[in-house]
Amino acid sequence: MTEQIQNGTLTVTDDDFVLAVSEDLETDRNYASQGFWKGVFLRFKNNTRAMIGLYIILLIMLLSIFGPMFSGYGYREIVSVRVDGTDVVAKSLSPQIAGLHKSTGADDVFADKTFLFGTDTLGRDLWTRVWYGARISVMIAFVTIITDMVIGMSYGLISGYFGKTTDAIMQRIVEISNSIPRLVIVGVLATFMPKGVWLVIVALLTTEWIGMSKIARAEMLRIKGLEYIMASRTLGAKNFRIIFSDVLPNTIGPVITQVMFSIPIAIFTEAFLSFVGVGIVLPQCSIGSLIEDGFNNITTLPYQILPPIIVLALLMLAFNFVGDGLREALAPRIEDM
Amino acid sequence: MAVDYNAEPLLKVEKLKQYFKNGSFVVKAVDDVSFEIYPGETYGLVGESGSGKTTIGRDVIRLLDPTDGKVTFNGKDITGKMDKSTNLELRTRMQMIFQDPMASLNPRKKIGDIIGEGLDIHHTYASADERREKINTLLQKVGLAKEHYDRYPYQFSGGQRQRVGIARALIMNPDLIIADECISALDVSIQAQVVNLMKDIQEETGCAYLFIAHDLSMVKYISDRIGVLHLGRLLETGTTEEIFANPIHPYTVSLLSAIPSPDPYAERARKAVFYDYATSGIDYGKGTLHHISGRHYVYGTDEELSDWMGYE
Amino acid sequence: MPDKILEIKDLDITFKTTAGPVHAIRGVNVDLERGETVAIVGESGSGKSVVMKTAMGILAGNATINGGEIIFRYTDDDGNAQEVDILKKEKRWIRQNVNGRRIAMIFQDPMTSLDPTMTIGNQLIEGMIMHLNLPKDEAKQRALELLKEVGISDPEKRYKQYPHQLSGGMRQRVVIAIAISCYPDLLICDEPTTALDVTIQARILELIKTIQKEHGISVIYITHDLGVVAKVADYVNVMYAGRIVEVGNVEEIFYDPKHPYTWGLLSAMPDLNTNDDRLYTIPGSPPNLLHEVVGDAFAPRNQYALKADWKEQPPMFRVSDTHYAATWLLDERAPRIEIPEELKNRIERMKADHEVGNGSRL
Repeated sequence: MTEQIQNGTLTVTDDDFVLAVSEDLETDRNYASQGFWKGVFLRFKNNTRAMIGLYIILLIMLLSIFGPMFSGYGYREIVSVRVDGTDVVAKSLSPQIAGLHKSTGADDVFADKTFLFGTDTLGRDLWTRVWYGARISVMIAFVTIITDMVIGMSYGLISGYFGKTTDAIMQRIVEISNSIPRLVIVGVLATFMPKGVWLVIVALLTTEWIGMSKIARAEMLRIKGLEYIMASRTLGAKNFRIIFSDVLPNTIGPVITQVMFSIPIAIFTEAFLSFVGVGIVLPQCSIGSLIEDGFNNITTLPYQILPPIIVLALLMLAFNFVGDGLREALAPRIEDM
Repeated sequence: MAVDYNAEPLLKVEKLKQYFKNGSFVVKAVDDVSFEIYPGETYGLVGESGSGKTTIGRDVIRLLDPTDGKVTFNGKDITGKMDKSTNLELRTRMQMIFQDPMASLNPRKKIGDIIGEGLDIHHTYASADERREKINTLLQKVGLAKEHYDRYPYQFSGGQRQRVGIARALIMNPDLIIADECISALDVSIQAQVVNLMKDIQEETGCAYLFIAHDLSMVKYISDRIGVLHLGRLLETGTTEEIFANPIHPYTVSLLSAIPSPDPYAERARKAVFYDYATSGIDYGKGTLHHISGRHYVYGTDEELSDWMGYE
Repeated sequence: MPDKILEIKDLDITFKTTAGPVHAIRGVNVDLERGETVAIVGESGSGKSVVMKTAMGILAGNATINGGEIIFRYTDDDGNAQEVDILKKEKRWIRQNVNGRRIAMIFQDPMTSLDPTMTIGNQLIEGMIMHLNLPKDEAKQRALELLKEVGISDPEKRYKQYPHQLSGGMRQRVVIAIAISCYPDLLICDEPTTALDVTIQARILELIKTIQKEHGISVIYITHDLGVVAKVADYVNVMYAGRIVEVGNVEEIFYDPKHPYTWGLLSAMPDLNTNDDRLYTIPGSPPNLLHEVVGDAFAPRNQYALKADWKEQPPMFRVSDTHYAATWLLDERAPRIEIPEELKNRIERMKADHEVGNGSRL
């Protein structure tokens, strides 16, 4: 009663017409092969801007770790050469590379030395100082943002999970601390704290956690109504377990993104505080204090301000690129079909 | 499996009320609902969206605190403040299967850990091997493979995820499982798979189900008794045979007429009976529960009831 | 030559995903004649919605069309018969000349196709003003008539209301009114009733049917619900893993199914008149199309799989002029496999109920 309307390639022979039912028909072995993080990684990798950002960050990090070693100078070392019993200090030299450098005459005693970024007014190698400063700036940023993340997330998750009165009180606290300008906080802190790294860290800690807590709270409000949280509750899970074992891992995406956006803010804030003079104290340096130094001589020795400013700009841009890329890569998406 | 209706009910819901306050406006999501479930029985609770069926399920398992009424489970009152042993009993002997196969599994946890969550919370295993063994047994019981232990939820289809949800509920060997629209989001063929699986499990473990659904088609296959819910009221309840053979409340009639048939001729001839509370002239506030026969009860006033019975 | 309004030929589509290419549509053929109703049935992931999105020119950006054509025939504004291959047209052209104008679509959830910030009235007249160049007051007149036609009482009042002020059933009626406002030739309904309460599902289907008859519109239903198919379809395409595995008119599919997958779909549907304790179902879950399918995609779930199924994709075997199925079971060399007992009994009983084959036509 039936006829074949189209013959396939001749791989099917008469012997193939016997039953060959899958063994273990009842077990369902299907699953998609790709993991979540693999997908995120691939999406991130395909994002050129984000990858450029990542490479810039890696490069700056490498340079800030190993850069100072190449120069052979210490960050606080004043380079000098002994000529006729007196020390001649390498003050305010413009960038030069030994060998390529054309000597300006017999009194150019530094002709055989390399200063890639030149030296500052005290005769210290700027290459060394810029990377050393970048190291300090990035370290401050990471330490404060990671601490802020822990504080902010716990705060936001708890506030969002318990809701009602707890939430109301906790949110009023957030609003109050959010309404005090950062400069006022810094001013108050500066009256009873010595200026320096710790002042910068405390100033960042008191303000930056608020953004994190808001994100964590919003995530909690979204997630706590989902069925898998109800499932945990019907299994008798305690609040602590639900907050930190069930909800927390699900907030990682938005939080990492927020961290990536917060780090450049922290770097910039540190730079700003150091620039206005309440930050890093000499002879230590950071990107901010180097910019301040350079700014003082901008009309006469403009090359001094360029390297720290470029590093700052690159860092901020790169972290923003990476943050954007992560946000896009982590966005929950069903592959469109 | 025959249900022993002379036994002590496993779950007894009495005059359950759940009101939600929205400013000065009160929504009566569940109003004066009573029913009981016997050991090993499947009770199907059917109603459209907004009927309060999901709220009842959540009240019973205490995801919500009922406004009023009493719920007794295994002879223990589980309304109000529970002591530690009652709480433990509720959290182990009663479990839930959820509606949304996407949202009911934690996307950051492995399938094995999702299924084993009950074990982890109550520490009911001696060694990691024992835990793994228990989880693997359950994976196989719900038709999945051992390899799935280390996979994540998004790597599975809707039907597979619902199997994981069932395995998670089963790990505590519960006496009662609340299945909250657990098949509504699935394709018809997968629905049948899940219903068959639930029946197999019941046969093996003797657990009871509160099967919540929005239509009657699959309910018929799984339920011993059915309760029809509308706007927070239990309108009609009885054994599956009683409800299907002799529906009395107009809303039940309407639900029954909405069941599609895999038969084009019958399907084209089928006239769905429409039911609109606002224009029906029925007032749910005035009725009482009337006993019809056997286990069959209908909610309404005397006049309404004689009207419907005569009309039938 | 019959008047085919839509012809989908050998459509083949791959999606680029981060996990690799997904071969979602693997050679699909669908024909639709003017005024008729065709249903495409399949589980989620079978690709049924992709086919229709392609016809509407609203395919996602990561899709590649490897081959095939979608021929759409219509009469243009000047009264000339036109024939276009939608796959060859630009998105812009499709938006202006096809979408919402000659092909309209009704989605599962009315809330996603209605704009919550716009009144019902404005959403109704928007398309008419854009596509038909009607003046506003004329468009309003027609909008009110349409609202009445889709069974909305008090259209003047509803006209000024917002979507959230209507019930789910009402919203879907509004969506239908919008869909037919520009006199389309073809209506695509993607699970039009799944999001609605069961007691109003049938009414919506009946409404679509009435409107179809009155306006002479052709309709394509995309659904996983065989109840909907039984109620409305003239022809049925059963789709599995990106291919049509069985096609036939509604009687052939429901009373004489040939493909084991169709058997499974039909058996899995509960029936009021059977008292079986268990439903026969299809085991397992649909394949992951990330992996290229060898042989018949259904073989791993098939209780009647032949050795041939694991080797090569079965061609479409002809059963009758309208009925084709892609299963090696129809080859002369195949062992005689009967349709499962429960399903057979059920079909026999249904046939006896209506005396199918005595000349009565659906």
